[in-house]
Amino acid sequence: MTTQVNDNRFDEAALQEQFDATIEAKDRIEPRDWMPEAYRKTLIRQVAQHAHSEIIGMQPEGNWISRAPSLRRKAILLAKVQDEAGHGLYLYSAAETLGVTRNELTEKLVAGKQKYSSIFNYPTLSYTDVGTIGWLVDGAAICNQVPLCRTSFGPYGRAMIRICKEESFHQRQGYELLMTMMRGTEAQREMVQESVNRFWWPALMMFGPPDDNSPNTEQSMAWGIKTHTNDELRQKFVDMSVPQAEALGVTFPDENLKWNEERGHYDFSTPNWDEFWAVVKGDGPCNEQRLNHRKRAWDEGAWVREAALAFAENQTAEAAATPTAADATPAAGVDTTTPEETAK
Amino acid sequence: MTANNEPTIHVEHDEAGTNVDHGDHDNAYSGLLVNDANWAFGTDFEDPLAGVDTTVPDGVDAKDLGAYCLMLGDDALVFSQRISEWCSNAPDLEEDIALANIALDLLGQARLLLARAAAADPELVPELPAGSPVPDEDRLAYFRNDLGFRNVRLAEVPGGDFAEAVAKILIYSTWRLSIFERLTDSRDTVLAAIAAKGVKEMSYHRDFAGRWVVTLARGTEESKSRLLKALDGLWPLWSELFETHPVETAVAEAGIGVDPATVADEASVILDQVFAAAGIDRPERGGLAGVGVHGGKGRDGLHTEALSKLLAEMQVVAREHPEGQW
Repeated sequence: MTTQVNDNRFDEAALQEQFDATIEAKDRIEPRDWMPEAYRKTLIRQVAQHAHSEIIGMQPEGNWISRAPSLRRKAILLAKVQDEAGHGLYLYSAAETLGVTRNELTEKLVAGKQKYSSIFNYPTLSYTDVGTIGWLVDGAAICNQVPLCRTSFGPYGRAMIRICKEESFHQRQGYELLMTMMRGTEAQREMVQESVNRFWWPALMMFGPPDDNSPNTEQSMAWGIKTHTNDELRQKFVDMSVPQAEALGVTFPDENLKWNEERGHYDFSTPNWDEFWAVVKGDGPCNEQRLNHRKRAWDEGAWVREAALAFAENQTAEAAATPTAADATPAAGVDTTTPEETAK
Repeated sequence: MTANNEPTIHVEHDEAGTNVDHGDHDNAYSGLLVNDANWAFGTDFEDPLAGVDTTVPDGVDAKDLGAYCLMLGDDALVFSQRISEWCSNAPDLEEDIALANIALDLLGQARLLLARAAAADPELVPELPAGSPVPDEDRLAYFRNDLGFRNVRLAEVPGGDFAEAVAKILIYSTWRLSIFERLTDSRDTVLAAIAAKGVKEMSYHRDFAGRWVVTLARGTEESKSRLLKALDGLWPLWSELFETHPVETAVAEAGIGVDPATVADEASVILDQVFAAAGIDRPERGGLAGVGVHGGKGRDGLHTEALSKLLAEMQVVAREHPEGQW
């Protein structure tokens, strides 16, 4: 792990100039490079939120592992949720290159001091939601994340390349589940439509507040942390999703959704931003539940983590290895979202 | 990590992305409507034993083979279901991932074993409305009640802390690995292949659990006392693992299965090695009694109260849609 060296022997202005040149050239900033403190803080916040989103995001889909209606689907779902834990691991590692630890970040999350993507504050009320989340939520996450593969901070960008590959795989799995259900019984088709109705608007809100109400966007774009505005990405997502819905045989719950020849894009209604801000501020259907779940797991695991540390300390002279962190490599992966909305 | 989530002898669900080129990532949907080579695997259900010769060997009673595979398959399925409950609940991310791997391995074993059971004895498979697309492995998993399940009772033990989880995995995998190692010589080549795959997986499970048992035993006072309590609570289920059911006698005689009594000594020795490394004593408690007129246990379909609840949850969606496609 590298921590920032504030060495006064160097002229800060010269360093800033070099940093700006790197950004301008669209090269990567690496952990050992000088960077403005505000850049570091912004990145820590964004990467941590992203990591937290992966970990909290395990819950809504994990809710259906025990009830997945076929063994094949159970295996796919379990592997997917496991992948989210793997994504969380890569991202916490990327954050650690900025001088924070995973434990610190987790403590902040469970204390409610750092955010995660609001989409996970919606409940999964039907097994079908597993497919819908794959298609729409992972789909929106990919739209948000693909540009991040070119983000200016090296470790984050490289983590995102791997994560995006895995995300797009899971998105296909989700869409394929819905396709299969649409070929099934009438009851199954109704389940798909019901689930899509519930997730359409929350998925659109995943791109964050409208550009005129997203104060951090400008600075993040100047730094190359963010490369597209919220509204640009939202429009792109709508344009891509409509033909998908048609192929699937479902509709989106928006009577104003229609092709605009002049703009070359689909028009759509304004999302309910009051609902959005309410969820961001903690009043969503599952905010408390998600955080309590994470806090419980973290608190209940404290004695295990302490035991592993104590064992490792006792073992320094001995050959035996502890099965803690060294035991598991980040696995392959799934679902995520940039919590753009918390940019507020 | 030995993550092999493949439930089948041939691949149908790849661990995400490892050998899939998704091409242009700028477009989240490129190819989503195209039936290209990278299309999400398993657009349709594939029989886990597709392409495998499932002929029952000469001199083997197909009903015994089916019943035996059902026992082994139910062990793996029910234990997998329990371990998967840890998902998002483990002490740290590494353990969450490791426990999910173990659950996935067991689930893969269950699918193969249930498919083998159905192929050997189609009469085992519950009937559904004519035309139902539900495959045999899912009919067996989702449309039998608890009296039809043949798993040992250890597999269904609910809840518990992390110490109990690793203690359970250690006991289960030590027992099952000894059986699978012998089963690789089964005259039923399908069962032998399933066991060979399982041996690799269970070796990792036993190693994972063994190292954690040692860590907890030699960690803090609290971790040691939790571990001892967990082992003590589980111990009454140990002896059941080595009791021979008549079906197991029959398949052992036919050279296709293993009489669990024959692995009792080996499993005991291995467990004692772990206990020695951990510096703890083997619990001293008798076996948990069976129920009913003949003192039936898990292999007889007589379980703890926990199993019917586990099944109620596991089966609820599938049972609501007996003609559903997933």
